[in-house]
Amino acid sequence: MNVQTFTPREFHRQAHEALASPQIRANFRKAMDGLMIKRRDVFGDWDLEALRELGANIRLRALAKLPDLLEQLEANCEANGIRVHWAEDGEQACRVIRELCEARNARSVIKGKSMVSEEMHLNAHLEAAGIEALESDLGEYLVQLNEQTPSHIIMPAIHLNTDEISGILHDKTGLERTRDVDIMTAAARAQLRERFMAADVGVSGVNFAVAETGTLCLVENEGNGRMTTTVPPVHIAVTGIEKVVEQLRDVPPLYALLTRSATGQHVTTYFNMISSPRQEEEHDGPKEVHLVLVDNGRSRIYQDNELLDTLRCIRCGACMNHCPVYTRVGGHTYGTTYPGPIGSILSPHLMGLEETQDLPTASSLCGACGEVCPVKIPIPDLLVRLRKESVGEGRGNVPGAGVKRTRKEVAAWKGFQWLATHPAAWRSGVAVAGKLRALMPTRLGPWTDYRTAPRPAGTSLHALVKQHQAKKPAREESQ
Amino acid sequence: MTPVKLYPTKPDKVYFYGTCLVDMFFPEAGLDGIRLLEREGIEVLFPEDQTCCGQPAYTSGYHDEARAVAAAQLDLFPKPWPIVVPSGSCGGMMRTHYPSLFAGTEHEARAEELAGRVFELTEFLVHVCHLKLEDRGHLEKVAMHTSCSARREMGLAETGPALLAKLGQVELVEQARAAECCGFGGTFAVRHPEVSAAMVEDKACAIEAAGTARFVTSDCGCLMNIAGRLEHQQKTVKGEHIASYLWRRTS
Repeated sequence: MNVQTFTPREFHRQAHEALASPQIRANFRKAMDGLMIKRRDVFGDWDLEALRELGANIRLRALAKLPDLLEQLEANCEANGIRVHWAEDGEQACRVIRELCEARNARSVIKGKSMVSEEMHLNAHLEAAGIEALESDLGEYLVQLNEQTPSHIIMPAIHLNTDEISGILHDKTGLERTRDVDIMTAAARAQLRERFMAADVGVSGVNFAVAETGTLCLVENEGNGRMTTTVPPVHIAVTGIEKVVEQLRDVPPLYALLTRSATGQHVTTYFNMISSPRQEEEHDGPKEVHLVLVDNGRSRIYQDNELLDTLRCIRCGACMNHCPVYTRVGGHTYGTTYPGPIGSILSPHLMGLEETQDLPTASSLCGACGEVCPVKIPIPDLLVRLRKESVGEGRGNVPGAGVKRTRKEVAAWKGFQWLATHPAAWRSGVAVAGKLRALMPTRLGPWTDYRTAPRPAGTSLHALVKQHQAKKPAREESQ
Repeated sequence: MTPVKLYPTKPDKVYFYGTCLVDMFFPEAGLDGIRLLEREGIEVLFPEDQTCCGQPAYTSGYHDEARAVAAAQLDLFPKPWPIVVPSGSCGGMMRTHYPSLFAGTEHEARAEELAGRVFELTEFLVHVCHLKLEDRGHLEKVAMHTSCSARREMGLAETGPALLAKLGQVELVEQARAAECCGFGGTFAVRHPEVSAAMVEDKACAIEAAGTARFVTSDCGCLMNIAGRLEHQQKTVKGEHIASYLWRRTS
């Protein structure tokens, strides 16, 4: 299998290739159409606006108290017997997990779905140290078999259709080709079941970390999360520091928003609340539970009152499901762990604007993402803010700020400013454009590869209004 | 969806802010908007020094330049008359982004005040004029594309269709994924031409598949994009601004 690598630097080329692939176009369109309908139907006659408002407020309150809540979370987790580790960046978080594995002579790690572990490239790090890491979420498992990365944060293998999945299972595991999803699922399940039993360590993500009680909540559908966190003797949960919520009662509204926004489900098949390792009188569960809290640029986002809203995200993926750009180009095109609108406002902080400069502009600012966001992140405003950082003078606190600032473009906008603040010159300009309309080019770069060129009208609105007003008294007299 | 907005009673006068795209490319749409308002007995003031709301610079991240341009527009509407804009995009800029653009500056209060009396044309015709229309055209099917700014930023998904519903001989046809963006997005179409093209291709096909020879929109950016695509493909489907359509059928 040809391993493809994607990078945000190559957004344009990757978009070009994705757009030219009927398979990618069809897979995403079909999947996103389905997800949009499911979300719409499941909210039905709920007062969605009130629920989104509540969700936004819960997240805002948690972020407002973030430093305190993290301390409280640590204290309560430790009191429950969950060991808490802090990591400033992805590299450090990988090291913490690797050292925990090495100290226990662990050779085999089974993983529940975790986007933070993707963000910090945990699998590659563990494998370099001779520790095997196997994904147990079905989509992640397929993507890993296919030597790819997830193309969606909730549905990692959404870019693949049934035939492609059958091909992967055939090539990598020897399963006979089939179109029967149940047969494929059962085959994967049989493979994974053995690995759950043999794994030395289970690594999972966290959806909500409850400060009040020191509880880690994990939302999933396949039961692989429960297996990962209960079968191996050691469970390591890893999450970004922003995932903390204040109280247990904050969880139900966020959970209601998360499942409905993500997959259109009223509830998921599993909802795990992990509050301690195995107790003395208990027969199962891990002997050790660890929580790794990863910063990786989040503190820097937290410093900025506007960008801070990025951290409200509960990772439902609704913004990508509703994004007309994501739907066309798919997740891999972005070249980032988090694709789509949330990725375009988060990735610049994680990877810097030099790497990700084409992402904030990869949006028509249609507002669909902001409209469906369950915690009301003003995604379009944040895209504009990052555009501003890209072309600004580089004093912002986003890494790589100012990277897109060029003399030519600054001059062009200064020219626009001059013209639009000198009305007489503006009117003359528009009038001249109208006079020369016959000479206007019929080809205007890429615009005219797909559309005819707009042609200035012979008479501007300014001129038309003048004529109209000159006629008016005469018309009134005649009446 | 959006909070209930309280609309004023029909005023004696309004300001008309034509927008730069209308000024240069679709002036008839602007004039037709003015005629519709005048027919309701409203005196329409057209400040001669209007240029552009500043949105292209704003969405491109050039906020100092956008602010300078916007500041020049703030001076154009000294009397407390409503400001009617035949575009959800420019209207959205003035209503929602002017206040944040000028926050903390000497113009803050003026920007806030101005934002409060900006109305998109179809919104104004429906909610303030309570427009009644006598359709003089023949039986026709038409599709409507409501711009994303009108639909989401200004919360005006219903006003365009509501006006078309007042035309007795016109049937508004359903189109697939009507709420999806046409791919214009101002500088987006320039910076990501291929993605934009894929979007407008789908939009043009959806309108054509709706079984109509005509579509209307309340934003000239979308109009330029979708009609340009249809023309490029030598399709017979024609587009126009909703103001022109309403005026043409009722005058």
